Amino acid sequence: MSWFISQANAQQPAAVPAVGGSAPTEATGTTVAHGGGEHGGTFPPFDPSTFPSQLFWLAIVFIALYVMMAKKVIPQIGGIFEARAAKIAGDLVEAEKAKAETDAAIVSYEASLAAARNKANAIAHDTRSRVAHEIDGRRHAAEAQLAAKLSETERHIADVKNIALDHVSTIAVETTEAVVEALVGKVGRDEAAAAVAAVSVGKH
Amino acid sequence: MADVRTDPIHQFGIRKLVDINIDGYDVSFTNSSLFMILTLAAIALVLLWGSSSRAVVPGRAQSVAELSYEFVANTLRNAAGEGGMRFMPLVFSLFMFVLTANIFGMVPYFFTVTSHIIVTAALALLVIFTVTIYGFYKNGTHFLKLFVPSGVPMAIVPLVTLIEIISFLSRPLSLAVRLFANMLAGHITLKVFAGFVVTLTGLGAFGFLGALLPLIMVVALTALEFLVAFLQAYVFTILTCMYLNDALHPGH
Repeated sequence: MSWFISQANAQQPAAVPAVGGSAPTEATGTTVAHGGGEHGGTFPPFDPSTFPSQLFWLAIVFIALYVMMAKKVIPQIGGIFEARAAKIAGDLVEAEKAKAETDAAIVSYEASLAAARNKANAIAHDTRSRVAHEIDGRRHAAEAQLAAKLSETERHIADVKNIALDHVSTIAVETTEAVVEALVGKVGRDEAAAAVAAVSVGKH
Repeated sequence: MADVRTDPIHQFGIRKLVDINIDGYDVSFTNSSLFMILTLAAIALVLLWGSSSRAVVPGRAQSVAELSYEFVANTLRNAAGEGGMRFMPLVFSLFMFVLTANIFGMVPYFFTVTSHIIVTAALALLVIFTVTIYGFYKNGTHFLKLFVPSGVPMAIVPLVTLIEIISFLSRPLSLAVRLFANMLAGHITLKVFAGFVVTLTGLGAFGFLGALLPLIMVVALTALEFLVAFLQAYVFTILTCMYLNDALHPGH
């Protein structure tokens, strides 16, 4: 490194008069322009003749960069972060509100569900009892009808039986009359009937 | 050495593009100036244009801008505390400038602005002057406590103070030389190995095979140099933050 520095220092006396001279651009221009290609014995980073130009342009560029950062970039990016934080906070509040609304909706839904269930139960119960009532009524009616029919039929049977029994006595009288006539001779119908009646009465 | 293709020093040459002379000083617009301006333009493109949509959900460019910002902001906040955030424009400018200039240097045929010691020295002096001036402005003579750490036995205070002063004075030097030397050495190494490849391939079939080894080296070194480009920007930034912390809280 000391070699380079001594080289640079050695170059300096030659470069300084050139810069301050009457035709400075020409002189330094040649040194610098050809320095790249042929090196002119100086290692470029230690060539002091390029320092003013580098410092000058670095100052311009860095001041511009600093102003851009301070005035534009940092407020802009900082603003993005702030806006994002605000948006997230706002969204969280909104989500909280929506959640509360949802909870309320769930509660009211469950209440109305319970009410509907109760109502359904009541309707089912009503219907069941009404149907049962109706069934009872119909059954009673049917039973009454059946009972009526039964009694009527019984009466009919009794009638038929009585008629049949009447016929039995007539048959008995005629049979008696015929039997007596065959055995003892002619006999009156009334006598036969009286005899039959006497027998059947005695029998009973 | 005269062959531009294999000369490792040629890439650092400063070439005039426009002759400018102000008051006897040669402030010509050179390739170095051009790449400083390109660096500025690239930073403006990424940070200003990238974040101009101000979207709540960032796109790619905005993510890069936000990540850079947060990275530097966290580094600064961790090193210098909340009070250090007033230096955010300076630290962010330094980080973005050094990083972009270093990364630009990795592009073939591009000039590496940070490979010139005058540039890194200027940036280092900017940091040290900021630290010193702000340190005295904010703390007055209390800032000098920086050189007398508390809890040190009286007997060795002069020695410690001397060491602290030397350490303080060597800060700009180390800051400037570290960045400059890393960029310079990395680019020279890359060019030397690349030069081997060029030279060996010129030697026929055998040389062609022999060129494979330096070629692999160049590929590996390129990856390493990208790491160094980022790392040196980060090191420059975090050291700046630590020095700013001294200005904000001297005496620890």
